[in-house]
Amino acid sequence: MPMDGAEVLKRTLTEDEAAILEAWSISLREGTSLQSGRIREAELQTQAKAVFGQLRDGLSSGGVDADAESYTPLRENLADISRSRAIQGFTPTDTANFVFSLKEPIFEALRRRSAADASALAAGVWAAGKVLDRLGLLTMEVFLASREEVIGRQGQEIAELSTPVVRLWDGILALPLIGTLDSARTGVVMENLLQAIVDEEAEIAIIDITGVPTVDTLVAQHLLKTVAAARLMGADCIVSGIRPQIAQTMVHLGVELNVISKATLADAFALALRRTGRKVVRQQAAEERR
Amino acid sequence: MDRIPILKLGSTLIVTIQVDMHDRLALALEEDLTAMIARTGARGVLIEISALEIVDSFIGRMLVSIAAVSRVLDAETVLAGMRPAVAITLVELGLELTGIRTALNVERGMALLKARLPEDGARDGSDRDGLED
Repeated sequence: MPMDGAEVLKRTLTEDEAAILEAWSISLREGTSLQSGRIREAELQTQAKAVFGQLRDGLSSGGVDADAESYTPLRENLADISRSRAIQGFTPTDTANFVFSLKEPIFEALRRRSAADASALAAGVWAAGKVLDRLGLLTMEVFLASREEVIGRQGQEIAELSTPVVRLWDGILALPLIGTLDSARTGVVMENLLQAIVDEEAEIAIIDITGVPTVDTLVAQHLLKTVAAARLMGADCIVSGIRPQIAQTMVHLGVELNVISKATLADAFALALRRTGRKVVRQQAAEERR
Repeated sequence: MDRIPILKLGSTLIVTIQVDMHDRLALALEEDLTAMIARTGARGVLIEISALEIVDSFIGRMLVSIAAVSRVLDAETVLAGMRPAVAITLVELGLELTGIRTALNVERGMALLKARLPEDGARDGSDRDGLED
């Protein structure tokens, strides 16, 4: 290569800083991230200025290899920006465009400077493209990683929230299930329930599936497993809250739940009370009978 | 060879398993228990397994077969005090121990057996109906 692209790019960035920054901020202002109202213009400008400065610093000692050590501050800054955007709910396009929208101003500046020298122009464009593409990819990687982190955390929170074991009465537990039952959740549910049976010395556990959207063969199998495990511990299970449509679907699918089932949690609770030798009576009626 | 002691309390036999069951021990237990039921005419067998931490498919099958043999000799088997981890393991192994009654602890297990004793002959679902099949 006759002309060093990094050198051309560095010179352009240093000498045309004001023009490039100006053009970049215009293009950022036109972008969708400002219009969505998730970020203020001043903040965007500050970020742009910092990124630009760090890009110049990185370029001056590290060449065009964006993975080099001199780019570390820039990479960290971009990662921070990208992470915060992922959490704020920016689209991937918005996030990537923050870096990619710098391309046009730089190319424009390069063209102005090296219009006469085609090989210098080509080398400069290639260098700018290489660095910015790598940085763009980096922002996307961080963006996706942060998104996945958020999703993972939410999944965990949902799993924790949705498997409570409630004590309804002495020796009667209820397990209101919400959401789809997969094998991982069944494991958690089963452990929670069995531990609660031991702790509360429960005789009867009511599994309420009002909040389970669909019951297919797999979910039914998971339910049966839970019931069987509770039975082995010496507690009886009642399944309640099977909605009419689900009951129909189950029968049509040929799913058989060979357990005691009740339509509502109230019915199941009444049965549980009866089983444990208790009865609920209206106070007035009870007094009249005396 | 070690043997698991079998205690007689009224018309009930009580077995508490406090060591890790190995296959030979399980076989010996089945043999001893069968002989004991035949000799004493016991009507109930209570197996207490709260100290049992490890089960495998063989032990699970032995428990089922002990219950089946006892039933042939007209004695009901109750398994008491199973740990949650053991219950999960058995279910994952596909051993749901159908036909064996279970209780949370010895007290409940004895209550279960006692409830059945006075009614000679009426052994089908006199209490807690519908759960044992």
